[in-house]
Amino acid sequence: VALRRRQHSACCRELSVRGPRVRLGALSAATSAAWLAAYAVFALSENSMVLSAAIFITLLGLIIYLHFVKIDQESLLVIGSLGIQVTSSYASGKESTTFIEMGQVKDVVINEAIHMQKVIYYLCILLQDPEDPQGVSEVVPLFQSSKPRLDCLIEVYKSCQEILEQRKTAPQSS
Amino acid sequence: MVLKVFFPSCCSSADSGILIGRWISEQSSAVVLAVVHFPFIPVQVKQYLGELQRLTKVTVSVLGSWSNSKQEKEEGLSEFLEDLGTIFSHEPWIQISKEGDSKFWSCSTLQKQSKNPKEEEIILVYYDQRKVMLSHLHPPLDTADGRAEDASKLSAIFNTVARSRVLFMTDRYDEGPIKLTHWQSDGVEASIIVELLKQASVPACMLLAFLLSLVSGICRSRVLKFWPLSFLWSKLSTCEQLGHRLQHLQVISSNRKAQTQTQLMRKANIFVSLLIDVALGILLMSWLYRKNRIGHLADTLIPVADHVAEELQDLLQWLMGAPAGLKMNRALDQVLGRFFLYHIHLWISYIHLMSPFIEMILWYVGLSACLGLTVALCILSDIIALLTFHIYCFYVYGARLYCLKIYGLSSLWRLFRGKKWNVLRQRVDSCSYDLDQLFIGTLLFTILLFLLPTTALYYLVFTLLRLLVVIVQGLIHLLVDLIDSLPLYSLILRLCRSYRLAAGVKFRVLEQQDGKPLRLLMQINPLSYSAVVQTYRLPTYSCYPKDSWASLCKKLFLGELIYPWKHKGEKQD
Repeated sequence: VALRRRQHSACCRELSVRGPRVRLGALSAATSAAWLAAYAVFALSENSMVLSAAIFITLLGLIIYLHFVKIDQESLLVIGSLGIQVTSSYASGKESTTFIEMGQVKDVVINEAIHMQKVIYYLCILLQDPEDPQGVSEVVPLFQSSKPRLDCLIEVYKSCQEILEQRKTAPQSS
Repeated sequence: MVLKVFFPSCCSSADSGILIGRWISEQSSAVVLAVVHFPFIPVQVKQYLGELQRLTKVTVSVLGSWSNSKQEKEEGLSEFLEDLGTIFSHEPWIQISKEGDSKFWSCSTLQKQSKNPKEEEIILVYYDQRKVMLSHLHPPLDTADGRAEDASKLSAIFNTVARSRVLFMTDRYDEGPIKLTHWQSDGVEASIIVELLKQASVPACMLLAFLLSLVSGICRSRVLKFWPLSFLWSKLSTCEQLGHRLQHLQVISSNRKAQTQTQLMRKANIFVSLLIDVALGILLMSWLYRKNRIGHLADTLIPVADHVAEELQDLLQWLMGAPAGLKMNRALDQVLGRFFLYHIHLWISYIHLMSPFIEMILWYVGLSACLGLTVALCILSDIIALLTFHIYCFYVYGARLYCLKIYGLSSLWRLFRGKKWNVLRQRVDSCSYDLDQLFIGTLLFTILLFLLPTTALYYLVFTLLRLLVVIVQGLIHLLVDLIDSLPLYSLILRLCRSYRLAAGVKFRVLEQQDGKPLRLLMQINPLSYSAVVQTYRLPTYSCYPKDSWASLCKKLFLGELIYPWKHKGEKQD
């Protein structure tokens, strides 16, 4: 899990966390297991459709895994006074983006959660409730697949807070 | 606050001039709509802007100056541009200049009444004008026109560009005092086919509306409202589906133009759905009538009905014997069994009576598949209901008998314990019975209790059969519902022109250079397919299971009749 920071300008920062890559060993182990099972079934049933079905299913499963499941990199682009953009890029190159406007962002915090026997930390964005200025309408968790550790999260938190503070000090209207 | 300039990417290579657009002061952002080139007369520009403001209700004003010097920087030009700032007084006056073919432009602002002389940061956001104009931002905010803009910055920008359509209608071939550059300035695009369709749609709609009024007048006439007919219409799902489609046609052929985006999409979805439905129906019809498949279908229908009746007879014989090794009460068994056997015999004779006409009826009914695939599926479901009518009858007999028995048993059980159901207070009260009441009650209780297994078995068997038929019918109706409610036009639009349905925007950071403003590219983030289906689903008379599993089981146990696929809006029994 590697963190990369880029400062594009005084009010714009990009923070990206790269998760573990797809390993060749695991991939070949899974494929060989599937094909051995298919060969065993073929040996029992003498039907060659089983083999072609196994190849088809393996390919389809691989494509679905790479395109919909495996997230390679997650990045956070903070642009002061515009908003925060959260991008996840999948192993097949697909990118899924959400942009949250600055007016909706209340704060960026590190939350603790108790999961089984340990305490995990995660970074999240608190969204403002339009009716109640003190309330929080939604919590958007970040970096859910790469799950960086606390030291990584603290750096990301500090970078975000520097930019978020600017909107408090700047005058609201011109 | 940071100043944001939204610059259309089509104006990047425009000649020098002044920038016109909208200034949103609460967000400190300037949306540039077009560039007005030299030479111009300031009075005429102000007049033009006033007219534009009146037409579009968008506060368009001169925002600043744009200089695109292809050679080295001319000193006189920069002073001239600053002087322009005094003529068109705008706070702040934005100056953007591009040198040669450089990607990195310099941007500065002039503030005359600036309280803080500190240089504020500028962000330059490029956007594709045509896509932003055509796109529709979801989730749609409830708009009274002014209030929507306060709610979200992005919707303000999208609204500004969308409502300035009139501005984009003047291109460089127009003979006017003002020369503009925007995305359509090279020539307004129009398609002959689209224009022809628009012209042809008006008389077509009027004709369709007239025909529909005739048809609905016939449907509403008193002749069809007599009791046996109206009962029949309410039971057949084909009539309901036809009524539903008629409603759709009325929506399409109405003369009023769609006011909002949602109404327009709904009309388009209904139209495409009807078209696909009819196309599939005609395909099905051509497949059925080729090689006389429908004749073969009719020929196999009677043997299938016979086969079903024979299977039922075998089942009843099995029940009358010792089914699954259980010992039945012989007399009741024989009575029930013979009763149901006679019923089947009647049914078979009825079917054989109809058999010479079946082929002709089926042939003509099959023709109605050209009204749509949904109608054909509904007809199939109705045919299944008609052919299994005897199963429904048996289920009702068995259920009523069982229900009577259960109620009798529960009431006599209370008598056995010395209690009574108080109808006034809706609760169980104790009651002192006479001796002969107790005697007869106990006797009846014993009789009913020992006859319970026989009745329960018949009830169980026929309920299972009925549930099977109900499940098959339910699946067909689910398919019809799916075809009815799928918003095909929206899905195809999402596939081909994904920028039209926007869930939001995404920013991409372009190459930067120190000292120059931050450059971002704003692109449209399209809606996901599931969100498209959810937002634009067509409403149907959906048949959903009215009971939860718990209440269904309770009804089955008590012997109450179940109708799991009750349609919305049908009167309750």
